[in-house]
Amino acid sequence: MKIEQSQVKYVASLARLRIDEAEQDKWSEQMGAIIEFADQLNELDLHDAESNEQGSTSLYNVFREDERKESFDRDKILFNAPEQYEGCYVVPKIVE
Amino acid sequence: MTFETVIGLEIHAELATKSKIYCSCSTAFGADVNTQTCPICTGMPGVLPVLNKKVVDYAITAGLAMNCEITEYGKQDRKNYFYPDLPKAYQTSQYDLPICKNGYLDVEVDGAIKRIGITRIHIEEDAGKLIHDGLRGASLVDYNRCGVPLIEIVTEPDMRSPEEARAFLEKVKSILEYTGVSDCKMQEGSLRCDVNLSVRPLGQKEFGTRTEMKNINSFSAAYRAMVGERQRQIELIEDGGEVVQATRRWDDAKGESFEMRSKEEAHDYRYFPEPDLVPIVVDREWVERIRASLPELPDERKRRYIAELGLPEYDAKLLTASKSISDYFEKTVGLGAPAKAVSNLLMGDISRILHEREMESIPFEPVFLAKAISLYTEQIVSSGALKKIIEALFDEEKEPEEIAKEKGLIQVSDESALIPIIQKILNDNPKAVEELKSGKEKAMGFFVGQAMRASKGSANPQLVNKLVKELLKI
Amino acid sequence: MSTIHEYAELLKQRKLSSVELTKQYLARIEKADAQIGSYITVCSDDALAAAGKADERIAKGEATLLTGIPVGIKDNICTEGITTTCASKMLYNFVPPYDATVTKRLKNEGAVILGKLNMDEFAMGSSTESSYFKKTKNPYDLTRVPGGSSGGSAASVSADLAPYALGSDTGGSIRQPAAFCGNVGLKPTYGLVSRFGLIAFASSLDQIGSFTKDVTDCAIVLNAIAGYDKMDSTSVDADKTDYTKALGLPLKGMKVGVPKQYLESGIQTEIREAVENAIKVYEMLGAECEECSLPLSKFALPAYYLISSAEASSNLARFDGIKYGYRAEEYHGLTDLYEITRSEGFGEEVKRRIMLGTYALSSGYYDAYYKKAQQVRGLIKRDFAACFEKYDVLLTPTTPTTAYKFGEKSDPVAMYMGDICTVAVNIAGLPAISIPAGLDKKGMPIGIQLIANSFDERKLLTAAYAYERETGYEKLRPTVKEVE
Repeated sequence: MKIEQSQVKYVASLARLRIDEAEQDKWSEQMGAIIEFADQLNELDLHDAESNEQGSTSLYNVFREDERKESFDRDKILFNAPEQYEGCYVVPKIVE
Repeated sequence: MTFETVIGLEIHAELATKSKIYCSCSTAFGADVNTQTCPICTGMPGVLPVLNKKVVDYAITAGLAMNCEITEYGKQDRKNYFYPDLPKAYQTSQYDLPICKNGYLDVEVDGAIKRIGITRIHIEEDAGKLIHDGLRGASLVDYNRCGVPLIEIVTEPDMRSPEEARAFLEKVKSILEYTGVSDCKMQEGSLRCDVNLSVRPLGQKEFGTRTEMKNINSFSAAYRAMVGERQRQIELIEDGGEVVQATRRWDDAKGESFEMRSKEEAHDYRYFPEPDLVPIVVDREWVERIRASLPELPDERKRRYIAELGLPEYDAKLLTASKSISDYFEKTVGLGAPAKAVSNLLMGDISRILHEREMESIPFEPVFLAKAISLYTEQIVSSGALKKIIEALFDEEKEPEEIAKEKGLIQVSDESALIPIIQKILNDNPKAVEELKSGKEKAMGFFVGQAMRASKGSANPQLVNKLVKELLKI
Repeated sequence: MSTIHEYAELLKQRKLSSVELTKQYLARIEKADAQIGSYITVCSDDALAAAGKADERIAKGEATLLTGIPVGIKDNICTEGITTTCASKMLYNFVPPYDATVTKRLKNEGAVILGKLNMDEFAMGSSTESSYFKKTKNPYDLTRVPGGSSGGSAASVSADLAPYALGSDTGGSIRQPAAFCGNVGLKPTYGLVSRFGLIAFASSLDQIGSFTKDVTDCAIVLNAIAGYDKMDSTSVDADKTDYTKALGLPLKGMKVGVPKQYLESGIQTEIREAVENAIKVYEMLGAECEECSLPLSKFALPAYYLISSAEASSNLARFDGIKYGYRAEEYHGLTDLYEITRSEGFGEEVKRRIMLGTYALSSGYYDAYYKKAQQVRGLIKRDFAACFEKYDVLLTPTTPTTAYKFGEKSDPVAMYMGDICTVAVNIAGLPAISIPAGLDKKGMPIGIQLIANSFDERKLLTAAYAYERETGYEKLRPTVKEVE
């Protein structure tokens, strides 16, 4: 099974990944193979099965109190920023 | 062809919590860029969110105040998209199990009451801010606002005019203020509104294509945006065109809207349940606890003012529109001041001065207003003097009696002091005396005016009136 | 044998100091790690400083079992001030401003952090071949993989370049490399060990666990890292327990289930034999062993790949070149910045999972893939729950084969098949341990796996310890020429 190239392009743009033209085919095939593998799940009758959406946890109502604590020092937070200017992160100009 | 306008609103209100929704950073407005952040609200690798309980309390409060059903089993979901103001590249929100649903608010427009449906209220986190004019060729990102808790209130498309929509917005604002859920300061961004608007020929069942308008920064801008968009759509259709479903940005200065470039080509948010958070189960007890702690809401208060304080509906409505004014009113009345007098001053001179001076709140305590009013009711000062005292209180919080003395506003109510003054005026103006004796009421005004002049404004006008009649034996 | 409990005794008796011990390990790393490739970062200065402090604490009589003992930490667990890379170009220079909760807990015990260990990029993989920085080699045979994704952790303990190590397990990433390298590898119950500070791969599956030389050490480490953390909403507030008390308890009456689906075709003969041998050992020790069934076993793998990829695609979206890590050098506009940064910063396997996950969550496919996988998840949990009504622990192979050669598994799906014995455990959130069960004909370690019900780590430890006592397989060590 192959995933349509248009699908591959769409998924890549959603994920902000760039797929070379040359590689489109490879992705089509590989993704297709994995999806085919995943389609095994269709063998099961899931008609009445509840969706286990909260994963492995049976916890609920985990909260914290509304308390203000000191924030991190700005220099510490910005330490890893690839580009910063006057206390802010920098991105290419955005026109809204 | 007559067109009907169909409006739905999406209102975002920042909750008045002390700390953010998933971390303990402060939510205070106005801090220096990126000084209210931590690894959690800046989406650093490895961090996890923990939900602020107050956020749920406030959401339930808002829901109850807006007649909603409170969801017993709710969860949070990830809304995935890329934008620099969103550090995790997903916003934690609620998708299919929002905390409140199926509510309504009754609004009054031109004497008629209309019920506006509220589809849902859900909790979510705010994103950061982008600064576009700080550096050439770049935009700057400030994450202070990231993680500030929001509720999003989504209405049914029940509004049929910009007036109805504006009335609804004002109602929501007053409810959120009354319950303390949000401070609703639109200029600080704590209350935001997006407008969904479409038109259809009157009588048509199907809705027309709607547009969504963003960047609306005040209720009056919302009104203008709705009027503008309605007109634009109608003109477009009448010219044979079709309304395109799009997001438009309202430019209030220009008075028009522009189609926005899309943030995300297709709005494929790939919602899925947030695996780092657990379900929110709200039992009956929790709901009732909050219901019991709800403060008096604007409509209730309005009814009480009419029924118990004898205020006319007009006064009651105006006063209760703002919680701060209404609280001030209650405190002043609580100190013994007569309700109508307080109401008149608050709605009249005080509102005018607040507006002129662009002030948000009255800078002097209710006790000063109460004292000033009692000076008037005890006839120590005239009504004109009272206004002057109030104006002075805006400049400085001082004992009203002192202000009256300083400005020479104390009325002379001492008969023995006034009689000679009045007698002189009567002696000097025989013609006016004749007119008064022959029934011309206007002459009395003349005598009162003369007496005020002679006493430099300190004569008590009612007393002058009485003394003139006594002296002339009429 | 260089275990924690032996070192602790030596340190206590002052026959050895932490500084000396640390120096020994740093020297071993210096000599041998060029061959093995288990460390990405070695923190000699910090380690010696911590060792010095530990010695002071020992002198005061305030030591715990872990005080002064060196440890290696997988490079997806945040360590304040120490580069934490997830073996990815995307985080090549990321220095966390905070410690993961487990790091804090180890530091509170006075542990000495030797360095950060190699792994598959962002924990996605089963051989550590996808690391951006280097390949880690299996100390038993340098032409073979150590397993993954915690390959560096496994190899370091195996080659004694660390007395113990922390790793993470999402689909088998502790147990499989533990089996490949001959260590004891524990994945605790989901929610027992805090995930705060673990750079997320799949949030509903990830757990931090340990690599140790024997089961006693495993219990000691678990005591230190387990327990409620208010910074992790999925952390369970269970009663505090001393896991070492589970060691040495008799096995009489323990019921061991052997799910038949795990011994169907595809399992290497010697591994199958190891499991059969273990059954004999357990029966001899007084346990009752019986075949049982987990009928939905084969669906665990596809469900796992859908759920883990979906969650990963969202968890890895934050890597965008704006706040930390790699940023593209040339770009024109925002979309370019995102696309080029992410395409250059991530390796093949990571991109593959992100693409798969995005697809599974995308409009029109959510119900067919993600939702379906979550429904299957519920059924698999029920499968296990039914078994645990009858059995105390389940016994299975850890892997279908022993360590394979580099480059042997180049097809992604073939690689994924290696997780067949481990993923169901993560899907169900259960605890499981892999213990050494001898060597195959090629001299490569074999691991067997024990699975218990949620929060029943004690039963795992009791059963594992008994097997270890009886067989002595944990004493096997590879020969690493450089340090022998």
